[in-house]
Amino acid sequence: MRLTRTLQAGAAVAVLLATAACGSSDSGGSSASGGGLNPPDLKAPTKLGKTEGQVNLIAWAGYVEDGSNDPKVDWVSDFEKQTGCQVRSKVAASSDEMVKLMKTGEYDAVSASGDASLRLIASGDAAPVNTDLVPNYKDVFGDLKLQPWNSVKGKAYGIPHGRGANLLMYNSQKVKPAPTSWSAVFDDASKYKGHVTAYDSPIYIADAALYLKATKPELKIKDPYALDQKQFDAAVDLLKKQNPNVGEYWGDYLKEISAFKSGDSVIGTSWQVIANLAESEGAKVKSLVPKEGSTGWSDTWMVSAKSKHTNCAYKWLDWVISPKVNAQIGEYFGEAPANAKACAETSDKNFCTTFHAGDTEYWKKIAFWNTPIEQCIDGRTDVKCVPYAKWVQAWTEIKG
Amino acid sequence: MTATQPAAGRTPVRRLAGLLHRHRRLRLSLLLTAPLLWLAVLYLGSLAVLFVSAFWTTNSFTSEVVRVWSTDNFHALLTTPVFRQVILRSIGVALAVTVLCALIAFPLAFFTARVARPRWRPLLVVAILTPLWASYLVKVYAWRLILSQDGLADWMLKPFGLGGPGFGLPATIMTLTYLWLPYMILPIHTALEQLPANLLDASADLGAKPGRTFRAVVLPMVLPAVAAGSVFTFSLSLGDYITVQIVGGKTQLIGNLVYSNIELNLPMAAALGTVPVVVIVLYLLAMRRTGALSSL
Repeated sequence: MRLTRTLQAGAAVAVLLATAACGSSDSGGSSASGGGLNPPDLKAPTKLGKTEGQVNLIAWAGYVEDGSNDPKVDWVSDFEKQTGCQVRSKVAASSDEMVKLMKTGEYDAVSASGDASLRLIASGDAAPVNTDLVPNYKDVFGDLKLQPWNSVKGKAYGIPHGRGANLLMYNSQKVKPAPTSWSAVFDDASKYKGHVTAYDSPIYIADAALYLKATKPELKIKDPYALDQKQFDAAVDLLKKQNPNVGEYWGDYLKEISAFKSGDSVIGTSWQVIANLAESEGAKVKSLVPKEGSTGWSDTWMVSAKSKHTNCAYKWLDWVISPKVNAQIGEYFGEAPANAKACAETSDKNFCTTFHAGDTEYWKKIAFWNTPIEQCIDGRTDVKCVPYAKWVQAWTEIKG
Repeated sequence: MTATQPAAGRTPVRRLAGLLHRHRRLRLSLLLTAPLLWLAVLYLGSLAVLFVSAFWTTNSFTSEVVRVWSTDNFHALLTTPVFRQVILRSIGVALAVTVLCALIAFPLAFFTARVARPRWRPLLVVAILTPLWASYLVKVYAWRLILSQDGLADWMLKPFGLGGPGFGLPATIMTLTYLWLPYMILPIHTALEQLPANLLDASADLGAKPGRTFRAVVLPMVLPAVAAGSVFTFSLSLGDYITVQIVGGKTQLIGNLVYSNIELNLPMAAALGTVPVVVIVLYLLAMRRTGALSSL
């Protein structure tokens, strides 16, 4: 009897709150704090001291391997032996999780993608990096240095680690003629209704914007990560039209491989490593960068502003882009290494060619992931751009 | 030494035992403190935290939680078409799974409880329970293979000129039905097993045909058990978000919305998280009317 009364009371409270919620104001939400990118004035160290004996890292799966997943894949043990820095690493599943973990202040460095790095810089969680203290930095490909996603006003906030493009992959038996444009998954997607696939993340809205940049010049899109409301709505609209043709969205690359093997997906976005694995497992797939170019990712190792093990963190940054280790990670993870000398160290001598490591022309077609913020990062000052939080909401609505 | 030690050890224990024997209240409170703390702090406490954080907001850029009281999240929950649509879809899935489970479980339970030979019955119950021994993920991925293009479902339906349902809402409902079926069969099996045989005989003696006996005698007595099973199937389906990711194609349920909001907009995720709690409380209230909760 008591229990039921409690339950009834609970239900009554819920109903009351629901009605109260209806009458609430529409204020709050997006405050002005997201505005300009004037990061807190933090100082990078000018020289390194003694190592602290420990370093705590946040990384993508496959970036910090100590042999526990595969005894043959280990570049952490040697680092620990040489520097005396014990590595503790935490694998993050998404850029958002990385941002959240960095806020705890318990970590010294993170392998942030471009859709996380600006957020970390702006909130003061990531400190500027003195590249002079990272000897291997001089061998990093020039087109990776001081880019919008790893620097602010000419000040480096991290060390480039590796990069990759989001490719258009298709089943070469079922998709004919071979596609050359992203229109195959947008305007002409109905041809493969129910078998189109797309990356399951709000950042995929940029792929639609990139396509509109080429096909709808009247929208005047310059950068797919700096969209004003009108441009953003057009991209969202395009994705809503694409949705009925999509079979499934993929977040996990193993799911994508299985869908292409079984034929559930025949065309959609992909990564080089997925294309390679799917092909090696017998799927008849081909991949390309379409004529409109493509989006892609470029990861950056950043140092936490609250790091208590800065010396070890710098040692790790240098270690990760040393030719041999950078080659190992690139091959294990399936991305182009950042260090030009890494190409001589890969076990597959064609690796850098396959992944276009030093192909400047190839990377010019790639719009690397960046964080959409209110202040347009393409330099426009007369309009406000749509911030990432709104991208997340829109992505939910697109999927319906 | 050896002789005195047990004696010395026994006295305090005995004294304690005597104390507990004399003070009934003390005994009871010692016994219940731990489980009650668990219930109040871990369970109700976390529900309360969930509910309170649903009224906070986030900084739109850094996505940090800002502890400013606001009902915007609930406002968005009730006014945004996509949220309403997903909530209704989730409830629909949970209801569909429950109905399908009941329809499949009833004849099965009738067979295991009343038709099969008594010495086979325990074995049949074990057979019903065996799927619960396998990992949830293994079973869902097995369904992904069954339902995929040219998979088992397509292959079996091909001779009839049909195809499998592919990934999507029907696939999600089918897979969830498979997953939660044992939770429906067991209560019905127990109820049918406890049904006195002489009631059925009496019904037959009074001239009722099997159909009438079923409607007028069996069904009313087993209905609370069906309702009890439905509490499991309904709440488990409402909270699921992994099955739908694997076989649901592009379908979103409440769980997926919570998951996609949890990193960037924790208060919104909390607001979404209260929806299944409210729905299940309402469902339990409805089920209580059938007397199902007393036969759980």
